[in-house]
Amino acid sequence: MDFNLSIEQQILRESVRGFAENEIKPVAADLDKNEEFSYDTMRKMATFGLFGMFVSEKYGGQAMDYLSYIIATEEIARVDGSHAATVAAENSLGIGPIYYFGSEEQKHKFLPSLCRGDALWGFGLTEPNAGSDAGSARTHAVLDGDEWVINGGKIFITNASTDISAGVTVLCRTGTLADGRPELSCILLETGTIGYTSNVMHDKMMWRGSNTSELVFEDCRVPKANLLGVRGQGFQQMMQTLDGGRLSIAAMGLGGAQGCFDLALGYSKQREQFGRPIAQFQVNAFKLADMALEIECARLLLYKACWLRDNKMPFSKQAAMAKLNCSEVMYRCANHAVQLHGGYGLMKDYDVERFYRDQKLLEIGEGTSEVQRMVIARHIGAL
Amino acid sequence: MKILVTVKRVPDPESSIKVNPEGTGIVESGLKWVVNPFDEIAIEEALRIKEAQGDVEVVVVSVGVSESQEQLRTGLAMGADRAILVKADRPDTAAVAKILVKLVEKEQPTLVILGKQAIDDDSNEVGQMLAHLLGWPQATFISKLTFAGDKASVECIREVDGGMETIAFALPAIITADLRLNEPRYASLPGIMKARKKPMEEIDAASLGVDLTPRVRIKKMAPPPARTAGRKVESVDELINALQTEAKVM
Ligand SMILES: Cc1cc2nc3c(=O)[nH]c(=O)nc-3n(C[C@H](O)[C@H](O)[C@H](O)COP(=O)(O)OP(=O)(O)OC[C@H]3O[C@@H](n4cnc5c(N)ncnc54)[C@H](O)[C@@H]3O)c2cc1C
Repeated sequence: MDFNLSIEQQILRESVRGFAENEIKPVAADLDKNEEFSYDTMRKMATFGLFGMFVSEKYGGQAMDYLSYIIATEEIARVDGSHAATVAAENSLGIGPIYYFGSEEQKHKFLPSLCRGDALWGFGLTEPNAGSDAGSARTHAVLDGDEWVINGGKIFITNASTDISAGVTVLCRTGTLADGRPELSCILLETGTIGYTSNVMHDKMMWRGSNTSELVFEDCRVPKANLLGVRGQGFQQMMQTLDGGRLSIAAMGLGGAQGCFDLALGYSKQREQFGRPIAQFQVNAFKLADMALEIECARLLLYKACWLRDNKMPFSKQAAMAKLNCSEVMYRCANHAVQLHGGYGLMKDYDVERFYRDQKLLEIGEGTSEVQRMVIARHIGAL
Repeated sequence: MKILVTVKRVPDPESSIKVNPEGTGIVESGLKWVVNPFDEIAIEEALRIKEAQGDVEVVVVSVGVSESQEQLRTGLAMGADRAILVKADRPDTAAVAKILVKLVEKEQPTLVILGKQAIDDDSNEVGQMLAHLLGWPQATFISKLTFAGDKASVECIREVDGGMETIAFALPAIITADLRLNEPRYASLPGIMKARKKPMEEIDAASLGVDLTPRVRIKKMAPPPARTAGRKVESVDELINALQTEAKVM
C-alpha cells in the first residue's frame, strides 16, 4: 500500500491552497453577504485551470487523474463552499456528461469553451415534483421531424443562469417503454433557444455565491443531434454522473471540515478565558482531537474511492459512503467550530458562520443523506 | 538569453521547528518542505523577463538532497523550461557557490537570479560568493530590475537602509531577489501537467571536481528562549521608564 501523493498532486494541493487563500478567501464573505456570483473569481479560476481538470487535452482539459480534481475541490472548499460548488458542479455535472456520453462532434463543439471556463453548463435532473425520485421527471421531449420539442421545467440547477451559462443537459421523457415505464433520455439544450428561460433563484441560506436556477421549457425546439448518447439511457447517464459527482460533494465536505478545523484550532489557541487559551480546557482540546480524527478518516475513505475510480474499479458504493460521511463530518466540525468561537462564531465577520450554513447543502444535494444510505444499503444487499 | 535561477528546499515557514535533542540541527522528520520563498520571487522574475522578451530559457537549479526534485518541479510548473539537480549532502554556502560556478561555466547564462537568502539558515551568502568567484557584477536585495534597450546591461533598485539605491551594470551578472521585487504566481493546473514532460538533469556534486569540504561547522543549535508573558503598566511614566531601563529601546 502506498499513501504518498505524487509530486504533481502535492504541488497541486499547495498551489490551489495558495490560490484559494489569496484570490477567494478575501472576497468570499462579501459575495456571500451580497448573494453574488463573481465573474471576477470565475475568470481567475478559469485561468488557473480549475475547469476540465479530468478531461483529456484533446478537448482542452488538463488530463489530470480524478484524485487531483478532488484535491483541488477540497482545497477550494477549505476556504469557501460557493466557489467549490461552482467548480465541482461544473466539472462533475456540467462537463462530465458531455465528456463521458457525448458524440465526438458534441465534445468538440462544447468542451473547449467549458474547459477554458469561458462558459458554464448545467445539469438538469431535479424537478419541483421529482427530487429524490428523479426518475419520475415529467419534462418531456417529442420528436418533430429533425427536432426535439421540449416542454417542462427544472429546479435548483447550478450554473445554469449566469451571464456565461451556455446551456443545460436536460433529462426528459422521450417515450414509454413496453412495460409502461417512461423512456428517459438526456438532451443538450443551448441558451438562446426560443422558449427556454432560466431564472436565478434568490434568498438561499447557503452557497450564496453560487448560481442556482429555475428553468422553464416552452416548446423549445432542439436539433435531433443534441440527444446525448443513446436514446433511453438518460437516467443511467445521470446516475453514473452522480457517482462521480458524489466524490466532489464529498471533497467539499472534507475541505469544509478542514477549513472549520483550521479556523477552530487557530481561534482556540488564541482566545483566552479564565487566564488561558480555551484550547487548553480539556473539553475543547478533545473537540479538536475528534475533529482531526474524523477528518483523517474521511480523507482516507474519499481518497480510496478516488483510487478505485482512477484504477477503473467499481466505486459507486464507496462514493456514496464518502459523500455521506464527508458531509456529516463537516456537519459535526462546523458545529464544533462555531461552539469554540462562542458568540463570535454567530457573527458574519467570522468565516465559521458561513461554513455552518454552507455545510447543510452537502446533506441534501446530489442525493440526500437518506438516499446515500439507500444506495449503500442496496450495495450491501440489505435493501 | 538564458537565465539560471536557484531553488532551495526549505521547511515550510508555517511549520513549527524543533531543535533535535543533541543540539546539532532541527528535527526533519514530518516536516513539510517548500521552495524557499525568496527563490519563488527569483523564479517569478525570470519568468516575467521571459514573457517580456520572448527568446529566453529559464533553468532552475537546486543543490541538495534528491527530494529537492519536488521543489524543482514546482519551478517547472510555474513555467521554467528545465531543471538541474546537483545532489550533495548538506553543502555549506561556499560549496554551493563553487558548485554553481561549475554550472555557470557549463550553461553560460546571461543572468543568475537567486533569492537574497534561504529562510532556513538565513546565511545570505551564496549570491555574493558566486559573484566574487565568477568576477561578475552583482546586485543584492533588489526590488526592481529593468533591462537597457540593447539588453546588454540592467538597472536595479536595491533596498538599502533609509532608501533606495539605483545601480546599473553590464551583463552577465548576479542578482539576489528581495521581497518586494514581485509577487510570485501559483503553478497553474496546466502548468503542473506540462512540468511532467520537462527535462530534469541530475548531477552528482562529486563529479564536478570541486572541493566540498565544509568551511563552516555548526557547533550548537538551540531554540530561541521562550517568550515570557507581558505585564500591564499603571501609567505612561512607568511605560517610558520600562522601555528605557528594561527593554532599552529608548
Ligand atoms: C443549492 C442547490 C443546488 C442544486 N444543484 C442541482 C443541480 O445542479 N442539478 C440538479 O439536478 N439538482 C440540483 N439540486 C437539487 C438537489 O439534488 C435536490 O434538492 C435533492 O436531490 C433532494 O430533492 P428534493 O429537494 O426534491 O427533496 P425530496 O426528494 O422531496 O426529499 C425531502 C426529504 O425526504 C427524504 N426522502 C425522499 N425520499 C425518501 C425515501 N425513499 N426514503 C427516505 N427518505 C426519503 C429526503 O431524504 C429528504 O430528507 C440542487 C439543490 C440545491 C439546494
